[in-house]
Amino acid sequence: MTSITENAMPVGRRAIRDEMIAFGIMTAVLMALPFTGVYPFFVMQGLCFALLACAFNLLIGYGGLLSFGHAMFLGTAGYVTGHALKVWGLPPELGIIAGTAAAAALGVLTGLIAIRRQGIYFAMITLALAQLMYFVYLQAPFTHGEDGIQGIPQGHLFGFINLSNPTTLYFVVLAGFLFGFLIIYRAINSPFGEVLKAIRENEPRAISLGYRTDHYKLLAFVLSATLAGFAGSLKVFVAQNASLTDVHWTMSGEIVLMTLVGGLGTVFGPVVGAFVIIAMQQYLAGFGQWVTVIQGAIFVICVLTFRRGVVGEIAHYFKRSL
Amino acid sequence: MDINLQALFAQLLVGLINGSFYALLSLGLAVIFGMLNIINFAHGALYMMGAFCAYFLLNVLGIGYWYALIIAPIVVGLFGILLERTMLQWLSGLDHLYGLLLTFGLGLIIQGVFQNYFGSSGLPYAIPEELRGGINLGFMFLPVYRGWVVVFSLAVCLLTWFLIERTQLGAYLRAATENPTLVRAFGINVPRMITLTYGLGVGLAALAGVLSAPINQVRPLMGADLIIVVFAVVVIGGMGSIMGSIITGFALGIIEGLTKYFYPEASNTVVFVLMVLVLLIKPAGLTGRTA
Repeated sequence: MTSITENAMPVGRRAIRDEMIAFGIMTAVLMALPFTGVYPFFVMQGLCFALLACAFNLLIGYGGLLSFGHAMFLGTAGYVTGHALKVWGLPPELGIIAGTAAAAALGVLTGLIAIRRQGIYFAMITLALAQLMYFVYLQAPFTHGEDGIQGIPQGHLFGFINLSNPTTLYFVVLAGFLFGFLIIYRAINSPFGEVLKAIRENEPRAISLGYRTDHYKLLAFVLSATLAGFAGSLKVFVAQNASLTDVHWTMSGEIVLMTLVGGLGTVFGPVVGAFVIIAMQQYLAGFGQWVTVIQGAIFVICVLTFRRGVVGEIAHYFKRSL
Repeated sequence: MDINLQALFAQLLVGLINGSFYALLSLGLAVIFGMLNIINFAHGALYMMGAFCAYFLLNVLGIGYWYALIIAPIVVGLFGILLERTMLQWLSGLDHLYGLLLTFGLGLIIQGVFQNYFGSSGLPYAIPEELRGGINLGFMFLPVYRGWVVVFSLAVCLLTWFLIERTQLGAYLRAATENPTLVRAFGINVPRMITLTYGLGVGLAALAGVLSAPINQVRPLMGADLIIVVFAVVVIGGMGSIMGSIITGFALGIIEGLTKYFYPEASNTVVFVLMVLVLLIKPAGLTGRTA
């Protein structure tokens, strides 16, 4: 049986060099984007989803764990950050910390439950847990149910960076994205990342080598949840609202789709995939439910013919690691 | 505590009906998983198709409920067979998770198409004349149709159990689940069995859809949330045993009904909470075999 990631990852100096060059290009493009006249809201939204997809990819691409409930971390962090900013009047930095910490705590709780089963069951359990959280947020008073938390103030980061200025906000979100991205990159290239890949390829063998695989899986899950939460907290400053859409299972599906399109188990795939899907939603917004149909069709096409994803195919063609 | 028996039994009945849908759907998921190693995420969408099929039969062709009970599962089952032949069969040998992703996509397509044409509101489907009205049982008023759904679902579940556990065909099926290569070596056409198994599982989902049409109305999203609850049911019961799926399905329906009476705020979440408890106490699920 082949592994969920068909993207072979050569390690070594050349791989690191390729990835560094790609990282440089990505950063340069993202730095230049606001000056090209692209709608900044769109790019910022894309960056938040890119970080979210990267966090999800850490689990599926390197740990072989398919989480079908990552929306719960996005939504939880969003609600907590939104509540902290609007009701408690906390400054942005503390709001982000509160939201991310809430997602991390939820990650510990759900991770402890979900890692008790593998493979297909793991996916079903995470989906069910996310649905549980959806109903909790539907009924909890502080989320304002169907209305969500609206008109969240953006405030001044560290007291002097005005986040209601779109260009300033853009660079803050970009910095947050790059920070999260580098944490993930560091994690997958560390000894911890190597053990995670070993678990993905053959868990019984990793156990027989003396690794306590449950600890590694839980750590990966919590790290992924925390960074997904961080993305959710950043998104609050962009969208200025927190709503049930972010906790619904369709959102979890979109996260999976972004990563699948970009390339499971590639470093840059989730970023590309996130922008592809966000752009698609933007341009097809007028087609109503056909967007759902198209998303479903992309799932089907990707699984049947395009399992490496955009970045995976490019990397495979040039025999590079991206 | 003051207990209103009338309301309690009414909620129990609702629970039993939901339980019959859980049982029919988780049964189909288990049978499909056994043969195809795929968790059929499109199950909810196919359940919805069953209901729509009954709706079309009645409103376009004038064919009533009793024929729909037979025709809808066959039509949707054939549609499932088409999906299996054209797409799912290419996934054998790949990681199980790809099957989940593919069927999730199929579910989105089916639901999206129906939403485009029928919106999100419900279409009414009348209860057949023979099953209208109700019986006064003394302690509660039993609507005939609801009683029929419970009895009929239970009969179909038991029939499926009998087919798989007690017949020659079922023996082949169980053998092919354990070791398809060996069963093929005995000259049995395993790929055809796989296709028919998918058709059977999907047909059961469509049958549940027809049964639910007069109760829950016919809506494009009627299966979307249901399938997630059924996943939790499957995690609780484990997919190793047919009888296990049936019992877990009905039991969880009853528990959900009781929760609706005693603590309605938790009625949406009780199945998920139970799943968490089962995972903490008995990680392999109630009926054993881990995947």
